[in-house]
Amino acid sequence: MSATATAPARRRAVRARPAAGARRKTLLWIAKHAITIVLCIIFIAPLVFVFLTALMTDEQALTSELWPQTWNWSNFAAVFAKSKLVQWTLNTFLYAALATTFTLLSSIPVAYALARFRFRGRKLAFLLVITTMMLPPQVVAVPVYLIWARFDLTDSLWPLILPMLLGDAFSIFLLRQFLVTIPRDYTDAARVDGCSDVKTLFKVILPMARPAIAAVALFQFFYCWNDYYGPLLYAGVDQEGWTLSLGLATFKAFHSVQWNLTMAATLLVTAPVIVIFFLAQKVFIEGVTLTGVKG
Amino acid sequence: MASRAHAAPPSRWRRSEGLRALVWLSPWLVGISIFFVYPLVATVYFSFHRYDLFTLEFIGLDNWRYLFKDDRVWTSIQNTLWLVVFMVPAQLIFALGVAQLITRLKSGLGLIRTIVYLPSLVPMVAGTVAFVFLMNPSTGPWNQLLALVGITGPDWFGNPAWSKPSLTLLAMWSCGNMIVIFMAALLDVPKHLYEAASIDGANAWRQFRSVTLPMISPVLLFSTITAVIYALQYFTQAMIASRVASGSTDSAGSVFTPGYPDQSLLTLPQWLFHAGFRDFSMGYACVMALLLFAAAMLFTTVLLRRFRYAEEVS
Repeated sequence: MSATATAPARRRAVRARPAAGARRKTLLWIAKHAITIVLCIIFIAPLVFVFLTALMTDEQALTSELWPQTWNWSNFAAVFAKSKLVQWTLNTFLYAALATTFTLLSSIPVAYALARFRFRGRKLAFLLVITTMMLPPQVVAVPVYLIWARFDLTDSLWPLILPMLLGDAFSIFLLRQFLVTIPRDYTDAARVDGCSDVKTLFKVILPMARPAIAAVALFQFFYCWNDYYGPLLYAGVDQEGWTLSLGLATFKAFHSVQWNLTMAATLLVTAPVIVIFFLAQKVFIEGVTLTGVKG
Repeated sequence: MASRAHAAPPSRWRRSEGLRALVWLSPWLVGISIFFVYPLVATVYFSFHRYDLFTLEFIGLDNWRYLFKDDRVWTSIQNTLWLVVFMVPAQLIFALGVAQLITRLKSGLGLIRTIVYLPSLVPMVAGTVAFVFLMNPSTGPWNQLLALVGITGPDWFGNPAWSKPSLTLLAMWSCGNMIVIFMAALLDVPKHLYEAASIDGANAWRQFRSVTLPMISPVLLFSTITAVIYALQYFTQAMIASRVASGSTDSAGSVFTPGYPDQSLLTLPQWLFHAGFRDFSMGYACVMALLLFAAAMLFTTVLLRRFRYAEEVS
């Protein structure tokens, strides 16, 4: 009884000083938007400064000036001339594209089985997926490296590509999390209609899982594109076989006084990723949300 | 429940389900045998041996004993722990704060989400190289901006006391993934809960504690565990920062001492990598690998428990 009595009382009290409430609201509105704008600047500023430095002359990039005196667009061409950027891009693309294709081919069936089949050990299998997903790659690095050394495949990117034929834990996890949300009625109906498992996968599951598959493909592609640890372990010392991240990591050391070229190279490595993001923004955001919320 | 029973497939089909699942799972089962189970067993085996790619010699517990004499391994464990204790909470609190702020805006949510997410797509190597330049006291803009508000910035990546905080700033800049996840979780909290809370006279902080936190706790737990595991395997950014700031390469012939400045960025995975693949003390590297495995499993278990629970509920 007292609760119903106090609520209208408080509402009346607020209404009694509309000016103060409105002012407080305005101030809050300004504060919220001011912080948001500052936040956006903080997130964007590093990229802007990298861009400005990339256009400076060698000498100016070594000073503390922030704005280029002359706009040296030729710096980007210089990066191509002074490094094997084209070869690195090709290697990186080959690594990322093959690994992504293999991952999809191998992980979709596994996720399908984990999400749809009822069998003993199904829970254990899922927990195993999470365990391998969470395993730091360095833990098993030595024996795995020795396996590839036995096949004489070190000094190439194949040790990073071939295992994807046997499933990738994170992709399986993500796909499985999506597939369990598809109502069983769909697949049961297909079965009643006499569809085999394969046909159910192709006719029912795949069309419905398109957003999740797109997200997994993008994540895997970007993971490979950005990967540094893997290529560092396997790509060897010959620059011909390097990826972009390996090349960029040593760029500064070889061009130590040329911060401008280092920044130009940084931008060139980043640009493709940004372009793909703007083309497929929705897939990314939905995919990221899937990793966290359904997880 | 009723509809499932109604549409139940024939029982012969049901009985063969285990076998068919095995067929579907077999490539993956082969995969984890080769790339997970065997390597784990082999790592334990190698940890009792001296192995340099050419000769394999049983040395009992010598590698394990060496662990206690090796100062660098303790330095690296301390550094990795620092990341877990400071970098992970900094990321989580920052991401949650940003997500809270953004989700309360009436308009522009999509645009701001894009801006905030973008840095997390910048390749790790590129982002680290950029930050080492930006925070360089003589050429970068960061200390100049600090000077405007009267702060004399340190030599961030060149000072052992500041190198890990510098990487923390980088980690906060690139935590867009976490922000997007938190935003989705916050938007999922039913509005009427806040209305009820505010009628009960709960202030903003109280609402956050009593409504927001419990509602997003599953997401928070998952993000925390993944962030911790990520911190345990923190490698690329630390290594690139050391290299670029010190100006050395890691190519053949040159001597690269990881962890510049003054081993302050030497993380456990880095020291493991260096011992195993630069010094070729592979047996000793396996000892460190087992330490890392134990630490990762500790946190993974928490996650496994949660998933097992979720499975039973569903």
